[in-house]
Amino acid sequence: MSILATLSSKLAQGVYVLLMNIFGLVMEPLQRLIGVRRMPYLFLLPNLLIFGIFILFPMVLNLYFATTSGTALFPQERPFVGTANFERLYACQDYFNPVTCQEDRFWRAVHNTTVFVALQVGGMILISLTTALVLNRKIVARGFFRSVYFYPVLLSPVVVALIWKWILQRDGLLNALLVGLGQEPVQFLLSGTWAMAWIIIISIWAEMGFYTLILLAGLQSIPSELYDAGAVDGTSSTQRFRHITLPLLMPTMMVVLILALIRSVQQFDKVFVLTGGGPGTATFLLVQYIYSTGFATQIPRFGMAAAASVTLGAVLLIATIIQLRLGRSSERHLA
Amino acid sequence: MSTLVTFFTRRRGRRRWHATDILAYLYLLIGVVVMFGPVLWLVLSSFKTPAALLEFPPTLLPLAQKTVVVPGYAEPLRLFDVTMADGSIRRLAQVRRVGLQAQMVDPAGPDEIIRVHIDQRSEVRHFRLATENYTEAFLRFNFAIYLRNSVVVTVTATLITLLINSMAAFALSKYRFRGRNAIFLIIISTLMIPISVILVPVYLVITQVGWVNNLWGVIIPAAATPTGVFLLRQYMLTIPDELLDSGRIDGASEWRLYWQIVLPLAAPALAVLAIFSVMWRWNDFLWPLIVLTRSELFTLQVGLAAFQGELQIQWHYVLAMTVLTLLPITLVFALLQRFITTGIASTGVKG
Repeated sequence: MSILATLSSKLAQGVYVLLMNIFGLVMEPLQRLIGVRRMPYLFLLPNLLIFGIFILFPMVLNLYFATTSGTALFPQERPFVGTANFERLYACQDYFNPVTCQEDRFWRAVHNTTVFVALQVGGMILISLTTALVLNRKIVARGFFRSVYFYPVLLSPVVVALIWKWILQRDGLLNALLVGLGQEPVQFLLSGTWAMAWIIIISIWAEMGFYTLILLAGLQSIPSELYDAGAVDGTSSTQRFRHITLPLLMPTMMVVLILALIRSVQQFDKVFVLTGGGPGTATFLLVQYIYSTGFATQIPRFGMAAAASVTLGAVLLIATIIQLRLGRSSERHLA
Repeated sequence: MSTLVTFFTRRRGRRRWHATDILAYLYLLIGVVVMFGPVLWLVLSSFKTPAALLEFPPTLLPLAQKTVVVPGYAEPLRLFDVTMADGSIRRLAQVRRVGLQAQMVDPAGPDEIIRVHIDQRSEVRHFRLATENYTEAFLRFNFAIYLRNSVVVTVTATLITLLINSMAAFALSKYRFRGRNAIFLIIISTLMIPISVILVPVYLVITQVGWVNNLWGVIIPAAATPTGVFLLRQYMLTIPDELLDSGRIDGASEWRLYWQIVLPLAAPALAVLAIFSVMWRWNDFLWPLIVLTRSELFTLQVGLAAFQGELQIQWHYVLAMTVLTLLPITLVFALLQRFITTGIASTGVKG
């Protein structure tokens, strides 16, 4: 067994050296050609090329798509319409009632996403904080419990959705438990309210471990001398929590809040597999609007999809700027 | 209120047991059930026969009805315990069922047909893992192809990511050149731009390059991760520049400095990025869903989602495939969980 291990590591090393020498056949003559001082540009080239073509350029192009219409994908075949897509997207008599909007599915998605984000982020922060505080105590097998909460974070959204779809279905485990308790079985995914409740619960289940980890790291970076000093001064544990733990955890809480918000606004895959946006449009979220308008349809409306994604991008941009601002001010606060 | 606060705020170092300790462990134990329970239920269910899956309320363990081969009958017959008219119980095999009547035979004396009412019989069951769910999922569906596609995408994308991200990080951390800060800032500023914001234009680029329905269309756009550049650059900053200078004096080329000095020293950071990249690419869904429309190119995630969306969900196959899809990630996690959790806690990254 150990012979096999050494052999395979020798083999991996051999492959690594061989590959790097082959790349060297290109890189070393190039160095002679352009000189050492320009080498960093060469090292950056592959990453920047992909980055530019598949991230930066599309970001600019997205604005072009948002201001053109038609079903053609190629820019030269798309007529320029100015702000018509945005006007259509935002044409609404009453923003609180999606039915009165021209693009009612978009506003339905905005409404659903708002409800989802508010409840999911709020619930998740509460549960993550509770869990982090419990894990921060003197706990036997802390590493084990920490990984228990983290495990679902690694599961793919499709797997998460299927695990729960199986539990929530009509003849599923949850209904068996309900019947066992003398209750009527519930068609969880066929009721709008239940479906929304469950996608919130499931996404908290799947993602809370990540935020728990970050909050736990934040808690553990609070110097224990502060608590000792507080105890010497005769403060109660309530006071120590309010005056030591909470203020010192604030910067971490802010990071967690913004990260959770940004991820929550883009929620798509779990919900798409679990409910497909349904029943009706009860769990139809913003990214699914982009996907279904631009791709999962006979007549793709790329302009509308791009206009919606520009809107989404603007929301994310604002959240990111707030995060950077808060990060800077909390650094100053700590310094 | 104050007990609640004590519960949350007590820190390590106290010796005696306290009521809040019990609450804490109770909380953690419930956590274990809630976090692992659904996955365990999935695994248990995936070993049940289609008949057992339809049962309500479901049994905890995978049970299957016993069958017996009776001389004179081609197919194995299902075994029942039958309550006879005199109150005794006989173990009989069912030949066929006609309405509310069942025709049974005694496996020991198969010549005599015994007619009983169906309410008088109950199935004889035993613990059996329906491994055919797994083998049939492999043989009857494109599952093996999905698996291969997922492995190809994950491995190739991770190797490319490691190479180009580390090259960029090397340039950004070990050289002073014009535009360095600007380039770094631009890369960092896209950390928060998810692919869902630029779906349409990236799809156009992919179409122009001819990568629709091509695994490269899934691999390349995601390869230049800003997270990876950031992570590796921060790590490489801690590698002393003197090492490179002494290498230069010995006449090594810049490329050689990169792969013989810096990369081996950055191995811990590379390992963290490798784990992240494997997780991201293995679990990717939205982008492969758009790029790949031919089923022989589906990755596991897309294939699984398509398969479960069919009108008649064949749960016994879906469950088995789901277990196989989560298996690699679970193994990676079991082996490397300390590494992953500390890595994430210290860098705070997630793609």
